[in-house]
Amino acid sequence: MRTTTPSQDFIRGIWNENPVLIQMLGLCPALAVTNSVANALAMSAATFFVICCSSVLVSAFKRFIPNEVRISAYILVIATFVTLADMMLQAYAPAQHKELGAFIALIVVNCMILGRQEAFSAKNNVFRSLLDAIGTGIGFTIALVMMGGFRELLGTGSFLGVSVFGPNFEPWVIMVLPAGGFLTLGFILLAMGYFEQRKKAKTALTAEASS
Amino acid sequence: MNDQTLFSIFFSAMVVNNFTLAMFLGLCPFMGVSARVETALRMGLANIFVLVLTSLAAWFLNSFILEAVPYLRIISFIIVIASLVQIVEMVVKKISPALFRQLGIFLPLMTTNCAILGLAIFQTNRGYGFMQGITFAVGAGLGLTLALVLMASIRESVELSDVPNVAKGTGLVLIIAGTLSMAFMGFAGLL
Repeated sequence: MRTTTPSQDFIRGIWNENPVLIQMLGLCPALAVTNSVANALAMSAATFFVICCSSVLVSAFKRFIPNEVRISAYILVIATFVTLADMMLQAYAPAQHKELGAFIALIVVNCMILGRQEAFSAKNNVFRSLLDAIGTGIGFTIALVMMGGFRELLGTGSFLGVSVFGPNFEPWVIMVLPAGGFLTLGFILLAMGYFEQRKKAKTALTAEASS
Repeated sequence: MNDQTLFSIFFSAMVVNNFTLAMFLGLCPFMGVSARVETALRMGLANIFVLVLTSLAAWFLNSFILEAVPYLRIISFIIVIASLVQIVEMVVKKISPALFRQLGIFLPLMTTNCAILGLAIFQTNRGYGFMQGITFAVGAGLGLTLALVLMASIRESVELSDVPNVAKGTGLVLIIAGTLSMAFMGFAGLL
């Protein structure tokens, strides 16, 4: 078992091991539904619900799940909660449900969720698995809202439907189209790579100065 | 029932609504196995095979079983896909161990490939019949293969060129994908 404190379990997923931006998991929803902030939020909420519930259930039942069929068992658990989330969205937020369409059902195949079950919930107790799931869920939400924010802001000049740049703004239509999704994530990753490199250069410089 | 012609379904799935570049389905293998043209091509062919099988299975489930229990749709689709992938994995391992090694983790990961489940769900939502479903699957599979091979050929040349340090890795791949996606937007309005 790894030696991490519960608070580390919680924080890890949010930034240092952010599922979308660092681990490149769950890219399909991150790119497909982030053409507006509202869609990104609805998708994050549904994913958050699914990952928390499945982590708790998987870690609670880990003793009864045979090792040979564990992946199938995890997928079944996830699929059950996705069906629930699908029905709840349909009942309480029909507009978002229609907008997201098939992508709600596709939460089943979000590798991020299955990855957390296999890597964490299967080996840790319920409390820590829940913390880990919440952290990962928040990390996913941050990435999605960040992308949704960029794309909606540039693509339509508004944020959550409220106009930001005024009527004279010429929208960059490409940003809300599929190509914009790839470009936005690409540029976010390039920026992160740049800062990472600068940080590394700085630490190398201080190390040289102190020696 | 849907009354689109087979040709328009095929063409729409292959280029206009390309699974990878316009609908973001199946991105994991798109990023993972697109470094070599040959592997990409084989992955694409394996994908077509699984997609057609899935389409058949989804049609069968929809027409004979799921009418009574529509809320079991997602669960039954994913079980069927998981078993199909398992079978394909065994067959590939038996017939071509070299290909099995090359595809590595991405073969079992096909279970969690959004393109496969996505195909089953789109097919159901749009009410495609038997032939329409198969045409849709072949079109989508060819579209995936096309995107994979295009990406792999570009990445093979990028590897030989002088790229700034910052851009090495996934960031650049995504921007190339964005450019390809823009190119594919040219097909919009064709149908």
